[in-house]
Amino acid sequence: MIKKSDVEHVALLARLELSDNEKEVYTRQLNDILGHFESLQKLDTTGVEPTAHVLSLFNVFREDKVDRHLPLEKVLANCPDRDEDCFRVPKIV
Amino acid sequence: MSLYYLTAHELHDLLLKKEISAVEINKAVFNRIESVEDSVKAYLTLTRDQAMKTAQDVDDMIGAGRPIPPLAGIPIAIKDNMCAEGVRTTAASKIIYNFIPPYDATVVKKLAGQHIAMTGKTNLDEFAMGSSTENSGFFATHNPWDLGCVPGGSSGGSAAAVAAGEAVCALGSDTGGSIRQPAAFCGVVGIKPTYGAVSRYGLIAFASSLDQIGPFTRDVTDCALMLNAICGHDPLDSTSSMYEVPDFRRCLVHDIKGLKIGVPREYMSEGIDAEVRQVIEKAMAIFELNGASIEETSLPNLGSSLPVYYLIAPAEASSNLARYDGVRYGFRSEGVQDVVDMFMKTRSQGFGAEVKRRIILGTYALSAGYYEAYYGKASQVRTLIMEDFKKAFETCHVLLAPVAPTPAFKIGENTDDPLTMYLSDIFTIPANLAGIPGMSVPCGFSSKGLPIGLQLMARHFDEDTLFKVGYNFEQVSDFHDKKPTL
Repeated sequence: MIKKSDVEHVALLARLELSDNEKEVYTRQLNDILGHFESLQKLDTTGVEPTAHVLSLFNVFREDKVDRHLPLEKVLANCPDRDEDCFRVPKIV
Repeated sequence: MSLYYLTAHELHDLLLKKEISAVEINKAVFNRIESVEDSVKAYLTLTRDQAMKTAQDVDDMIGAGRPIPPLAGIPIAIKDNMCAEGVRTTAASKIIYNFIPPYDATVVKKLAGQHIAMTGKTNLDEFAMGSSTENSGFFATHNPWDLGCVPGGSSGGSAAAVAAGEAVCALGSDTGGSIRQPAAFCGVVGIKPTYGAVSRYGLIAFASSLDQIGPFTRDVTDCALMLNAICGHDPLDSTSSMYEVPDFRRCLVHDIKGLKIGVPREYMSEGIDAEVRQVIEKAMAIFELNGASIEETSLPNLGSSLPVYYLIAPAEASSNLARYDGVRYGFRSEGVQDVVDMFMKTRSQGFGAEVKRRIILGTYALSAGYYEAYYGKASQVRTLIMEDFKKAFETCHVLLAPVAPTPAFKIGENTDDPLTMYLSDIFTIPANLAGIPGMSVPCGFSSKGLPIGLQLMARHFDEDTLFKVGYNFEQVSDFHDKKPTL
């Protein structure tokens, strides 16, 4: 059973600010959704490997050298606030 | 038939015969957009000037006697979660409402190499999270067959554009059914290729182990042409496959004799609309008549697909969407105290309700103490579902099923309860979890005149068989030729 305080905790982890109404609604809906998922807990998965990727995975290596990349102006063109060649944000500490 | 309702291969033939010009084709499509877009609302951004310029280039190539690729000059729409350099790309989210990509997605670049005329960027559920295109951060798209109904989702804009004559083909993306379900609801052909067949570079990520790009078209032949154009290895996507891409046109043959078509009984059980069942059964009879054999088969863990998907997809989404913080692009909330306050306010004001719901669900499923019980368990059950498919494909060449349990539903009908909305993906999700290709082909209409889709699924990288079976069905039916009245 998910409590409102769980939703508050998770929202903080996800950097979301929720209104009281949103907290109520999401608490109820998450309980509904996770209740529907209880069926999974009944399945016996002892010794079953988890799947993170459907095709056989292998590492993709490349040489550690500078490849084609975007010019700085294009990278910065979309940012809400900049200071010369940097992204500017409000104070951190 | 009006010019804007022809297929890409028909238009290509007319171009080669110099009976029409690429400029004429594009004018016809943009005129059509002008007359129906107010009621359909398929597009977020139109790129008319760019399309007309490409069309002129193609006409010049033809005039100079140079060969043109099969899709040259064809008006094609792109779902607005794929980056096109210099063209606003929003994923239908307010959080990046003003994002102008500095580069092309690989699929966009590949289509540009074919000299397609990009008509614009189509509407979707925000970040592709939804099954009706009602979750768009901007407006809902309407189904061209019944403007009171949803076009499906999340690629609803792309499906509606092709169905309404506002584009000849379109690109969509499919994480849990987002190409196949809207294709079925709008009466067009759609394919989700094998995971890894098409590069995801430049596709705005939703759930990276499930996302795959694919086309919407008016017939199976166009679908093969589109897939020919976008498949192939891409060094910029480390999950893209090295598999050698065939010319899918080789599969457009009328012969399916000896083919074993499996029908998983779990797909035909409770919860499926009577009219949907009826047209699917009719399709089975047609395939038998054409020389294939129909066999009942079983995917015992199919019932677990929905809960597995709604744990894995939000978990991956919660981490993929962490990048939207107001620093490098998009929306930034004003009047904030410090950087954390900026993250919180930007994300809370920028994301819509469904996106927040999934971020919370996904963060919860990945958080300390719950990871094993939810994400870990779901990943194990995903293995069981994959094994079910493997077993079914030991005896069958292809699996046949409905695309969705019902035809298109009314706008607003499922918006109050996320769980009922999630249920409309119940038949498409399994192919994403297993990474296998799935195709949606028009196979009939409900008594209210709404299209119904037939789903075909095959082994990894066996798109060949889907094209073969889809093409065969198209040769003996005319559902794909029917057009909505707008």
